Amino acid sequence: MGKALGLAALTAALCVAPFVVREYYVEILILLLINAILAVSYRLITTTGDWSLGHVVLMGVGAYATALIAKLLGWSFWASLPLAGFGAAAVGFVFVYPLLRTRGFGFFIGSFALAELLRLVWIKFHDPFGGPRGMIGIPPVSVGSYQFYDAIPYYFLTLAIVALSVWIMYRIDKAVLVGNVMKAVYMDEALAQSVGVNAPKYRTIAFTVGAFFAGIAGALLAHRLGAIDPHNFDINTMVYLIIWVVVGGTATFWGPLIGLVVMTAVFEATRPLLEWRPLLFGGILIAFLIFLPGGIESLLAKIPPLVERLRRPRLGRRTL
Amino acid sequence: METATLVQTIANSVVQGSVYATVAVGLALAFGVMQMANFAHGEFFMVGAYVVYVLYALGGVPFPAAVALAFPIVGLLGLATERFIFRPTRDNVLSGFMATAGLAFILQVLVGQTWGVGLMRSIPTPYMGIVEVGDVRLGWQRLIVVPAAGAMMGLLWFFLYRVRLGKGLRACAQDREAAALLGISNNRMAALAMFIAGGFAGVSGALMAPIHAVTPYMGHAIIVTAFVVVIVGGMASIEGAILAAFLLGFIHTFVTTVFDAVVATMVGVAFMAAVLIVKPSGLLGRVKA
Repeated sequence: MGKALGLAALTAALCVAPFVVREYYVEILILLLINAILAVSYRLITTTGDWSLGHVVLMGVGAYATALIAKLLGWSFWASLPLAGFGAAAVGFVFVYPLLRTRGFGFFIGSFALAELLRLVWIKFHDPFGGPRGMIGIPPVSVGSYQFYDAIPYYFLTLAIVALSVWIMYRIDKAVLVGNVMKAVYMDEALAQSVGVNAPKYRTIAFTVGAFFAGIAGALLAHRLGAIDPHNFDINTMVYLIIWVVVGGTATFWGPLIGLVVMTAVFEATRPLLEWRPLLFGGILIAFLIFLPGGIESLLAKIPPLVERLRRPRLGRRTL
Repeated sequence: METATLVQTIANSVVQGSVYATVAVGLALAFGVMQMANFAHGEFFMVGAYVVYVLYALGGVPFPAAVALAFPIVGLLGLATERFIFRPTRDNVLSGFMATAGLAFILQVLVGQTWGVGLMRSIPTPYMGIVEVGDVRLGWQRLIVVPAAGAMMGLLWFFLYRVRLGKGLRACAQDREAAALLGISNNRMAALAMFIAGGFAGVSGALMAPIHAVTPYMGHAIIVTAFVVVIVGGMASIEGAILAAFLLGFIHTFVTTVFDAVVATMVGVAFMAAVLIVKPSGLLGRVKA
């Protein structure tokens, strides 16, 4: 009951939000929604215990794929969106094969190196990727003669796709035969394998599905910005993604989204401190990892027992 | 490839391999001793280059002295990183690694805001001139990297195998609990390992400063290669890191000569992926990466 109420409130807020804020903030909200797919799909991968440093580059695969399809083949967004997802999933599938041999730290830096390899391909080959300057003139999304050019229509288009993506990932996360097995692989890989779980298979599924949704996010980003370049998908962006996820926490499905919203607010609030911002974000990342490794969600989990305690004061206290 | 070009490229490869080795050895040492994976290692390299910029180019300190001073200065940075980041996150390798990504941001901003972001710092070349042996031509500034790296490796070997403290480091790397039982403090060994790792990164940055574009973001290029080197060599193995450094030095230099630097990095990463598939523990490593 509470859950349904919360979901209804969230939906209402998301539908009303673009009409009550300035246009600039609608653009921020669009980016926030796109990043929501990125953060949730990243968490999907981390449920198997694999922390990747290549997720943002897989988002870039989706962005480049949709840009190439639109510019070279002239296909519409509705065809290129799923193709961008499948393209990123295919690249993710290839990436994860050598990475399966590693765990933890090796996975982390192995995925970093492979992602850099792909980014270098974009920088190196002017034709068709546009080299360091990237690709420009990516057409806006259209249905018939209607173009999703203004911020508010694009916001609702993004909202619909994001809601569908997040819902699918939520189902995967809760599915007994997929999400729970992924978590089992994380908790004790040897034990999971001893009861017949094909751990590499589930790690591959998680990584590939995560890559698919990163590709969807990339396609949405490319059609909004109209131009993409390799810098959009560099390690700095990846570290920001990690900051969202660490600040929010990964134990629950909603943790990364909490982190994303909070850190986007901090990001916007610190706009005047432009050149000092990485220092602030670096400091926040370190502080969370050391003092609150469970993220904000671990604080929220402490609230209900606290409320309970306040509601029913202990008897001993009263006699004082 | 003509013989002259070939010999020249081999000479360049040895120089490149020496640079990679001095950078990667520190990463391997810190990882081996206490599973400390330092993402800011490239920024330590950058800080070493700025030590030379400030002391030698601005302050007039002799170049060798500035390079030598980079060891304790960046070493202390390593020490602080161990105390304030790696020690509190010791039970989780990844959180230490992610936290040092935050440290990389912090160092870039601090250096950039102090000495400027835009232009690269110009540092006069202390050792002018070119050595010619037959058809091979190498600038002195590049050539001195090789004996310097050799001396550093020699000193490190002496320290690890002949000095009591260094033996303690190796003991800790082999089995930290057993070492602790024998009275070797894990905390002190971790601090020592990070001091040496920082010092090595600092000295390599300092040596490269006159022939490298010195910017707050110069660490990024070196860290990708350094990670590839330690994965290929086998994470915690110093010997593996040195071997892999020279292998990658040869691969990078030859591919750069024939194609260009971007293709060289791609080939290096592809080589790493191949090593992971064939031998996940790396060339000389015992444990999986």
